[in-house]
Amino acid sequence: MDTNYIRRRYLIAWISDAIKPRRDIVMFWQLFTSGMALGCVYALIALGFVLIYKATEVINFAQGEFMMVGAFVAFSLIHFAHVPFWITVVLTLLIMAAFGVLLDRLVMRFLVGEPAFSLVMFTIGLALFLRSVAGMIWSTDTFAFPSPVSGEAIQLGSVAIAPGDMLVVGATALLVLLLYLFFRFTNLGIALQATSQNQFAAYLMGINVEGMFSVVWALSAMVAAVAGILLAPTLFLHKDMGFIGLKAFPAAVLGGFGSIPGAIVGGLIIGISENLAGGFLLPWVKDIFAYLVLIAVLIVRPEGLFGIHEKKKV
Amino acid sequence: MEPLLRLKNIECYYGPVLAIKGVSLMVNKGDIVAILGANGAGKTTILRTISGFIEPEKGEILFEGKNIAGLNPQQAVRRGICHVPEGREVFDELTVAENLRMGAYLRKDRRNVSSDVKRVLEYFPALRQRYRQRAGWLSGGEQQMLAIGRAILSKPRLLTMDEPSLGLSPILVKEIFQIIRRINKEEGRTILLVEQNARLSLQTASYGYILEVGRVVLDNTTGELMENEDVKEFYLGIQQESIRGKKRWKRKKVWR
Ligand SMILES: Nc1ncnc2c1ncn2[C@@H]1O[C@H](COP(=O)(O)OP(=O)(O)OP(=O)(O)O)[C@@H](O)[C@H]1O
Ligand SMILES: [Mg+2]
Repeated sequence: MDTNYIRRRYLIAWISDAIKPRRDIVMFWQLFTSGMALGCVYALIALGFVLIYKATEVINFAQGEFMMVGAFVAFSLIHFAHVPFWITVVLTLLIMAAFGVLLDRLVMRFLVGEPAFSLVMFTIGLALFLRSVAGMIWSTDTFAFPSPVSGEAIQLGSVAIAPGDMLVVGATALLVLLLYLFFRFTNLGIALQATSQNQFAAYLMGINVEGMFSVVWALSAMVAAVAGILLAPTLFLHKDMGFIGLKAFPAAVLGGFGSIPGAIVGGLIIGISENLAGGFLLPWVKDIFAYLVLIAVLIVRPEGLFGIHEKKKV
Repeated sequence: MEPLLRLKNIECYYGPVLAIKGVSLMVNKGDIVAILGANGAGKTTILRTISGFIEPEKGEILFEGKNIAGLNPQQAVRRGICHVPEGREVFDELTVAENLRMGAYLRKDRRNVSSDVKRVLEYFPALRQRYRQRAGWLSGGEQQMLAIGRAILSKPRLLTMDEPSLGLSPILVKEIFQIIRRINKEEGRTILLVEQNARLSLQTASYGYILEVGRVVLDNTTGELMENEDVKEFYLGIQQESIRGKKRWKRKKVWR
C-alpha cells in the first residue's frame, strides 16, 4: 500500500514533468498562430503606408482610419442593406477605391510640393476627421461584425486554430500574391513602380503620373478595407479601431519603410512577437512590445530589415 | 515641305531669368540635327521645352504643323516626341526588360513590341546579358544605352537626345554615335541631338545650330560649319596658322 502510493506519486510527477515542456510548446504555437493573424492585419496596414509613401512620399497616418471606414462600409452593407458577404467584399473594395481616388483628386493633388511636415499634419488631421465622421454616422458604440466563417476550431496536432484566424492568414496570403503578380507582370503595376522610382522619367515615358497617384491611393484604401473586414470579426468594430495603425507603423518602419515584402515581414514579426511576449512574459508587455522590437532592430540595422542604403535622387 | 519641327522665336524663363532668348530652328523629317553650345547655353532648356516640361513664354513650337507649345509631357509623347534626358534617368529598381517595356508604355501595337525589343538588343548587345538585372546596377554606359533603347521603343517621330555621350569612354562615345546613325538610317527616326562633343556630332548630323547664352548665333549644314573659322577654333579646337600668329586674347568670335 505504502510503496504503491509512493510509486504512483512518482509516476504522476514523472508524467507531468514529461508533459510540461509539451504544454509550453502547445501554448507557443497557439500564441504563434493567433499572433500571425494579428500580424497579417498589421502587415496589410503597413502595406498601405508603404504603397503611398513610395509613390508620393506622403506618410499617411490615416491608414488605420481607412481600415476603420472600410470595415464600417462593409458592416453597413451587410447589416442594413443585407447584402451577402462576398458581394459586400467586392462592393466595399469598389467604394474604398473611389474614396481613395476622390481623396487624391480633391485634396492630395493640391498638397503636392508642400513641406513634409504639413503633409504629416494633414494626414493626422484626416485621421481625426474620419474618426469623428464615423462617430457621427455609426455612433461611438462597439458593434459585433459577423464572421464569414464559423464552426469549431481546427485542430492541427494539439494546436487549435480558430477558423477566423485561418481566414485572415489565407486572405492576406492571397492578397499579397495578387499584389505581387500585379506589380510584377502588368503594365500598370510596372508603371506604378516606375513612377515611384523616378517621376521625371515616368513623364518621359508618357505615363500619366497624376493618374498613378490616384491609383496608389485607391490601392492602399482597398488594402486597408481588406484589413478592416478581416480584423473586425476577430476584434470589434468601433470608430477608434484605427488606432491599430499605431502598431502597423512600427511594422512598416521595421521592414524598411519603402519595401513591400518588408512591410509584410515587419507586420508578421510584430504580431507574432508581441503575442508571444504577452503570453510568456507579462500581459502588459504586449502593448509596448512592437516598439521594443522596433528599437532593438533599428539599433542593429538603422535602415530597417529590408531597407537599402541609398541616396534619394532629387 | 513643312519641317517636322519648327521653333519660332521661343523665349523661356526660369523665374525671372531669361534662359532662351528668341530661338528659331527647324528639323526636317529624316534628318539628324545637332545643337552645339557651351555649358549653360540653354541646350537642355530647348529640349525640355519641346518635350513639354517647360512652357515657353513666347513663340511657337510647330510639330507636324501644329502648335504644341504648352502641352504637357504626356501629350508630347503621345504625339511622337521622345526625349532621352541628360543623365540617363533609368528606373533603377526595375530590370532592363521592365525599363524597355516602359518605353513602349503608350503603344497600342503590343504585338510588335517584342520584336522591337529584339532589335534594340541587337543595337546594344551589352543589354542582352543584363536583361533581367536591375538597371541601377548597370554601368553608366550601359544605362545610357538603356535610356536610348527605351526611347526607341516608343517609336518616336522625333527623338531628342541630351548629351548622350556625357561621361562615356572614347570608344563607347564612338559606338553611341554609330548607333545614333543607325537608328536614323535603319529605323528612319528623326533626331535632334544636343552635344558637347562637337566633332562627332558635326560628323553625324546633317545640319547644326550653334547656341550661345540662349541665342542661335550660327546655323548651317554641318559640312559648312566644319569649315567655319570660329567653329574650328572654338568648338573643334583647331588653330589656323594665321590666327596662331596673332595674340589669342585679341581675337573675338565674329560668327560669320
Ligand atoms: N531649374 C533651373 N532654374 C533656374 N535656372 C536654370 C535652371 N535650369 C537651367 N537654368 C539656367 O538656364 C540656363 C540654361 O541652362 P541649360 O541647362 O539649358 O544649359 P545647357 O546648355 O544644357 O548646359 P549644359 O551643357 O551644362 O548641360 C543656364 O544659365 C542655367 O543656369
Ligand atoms: Mg544640358
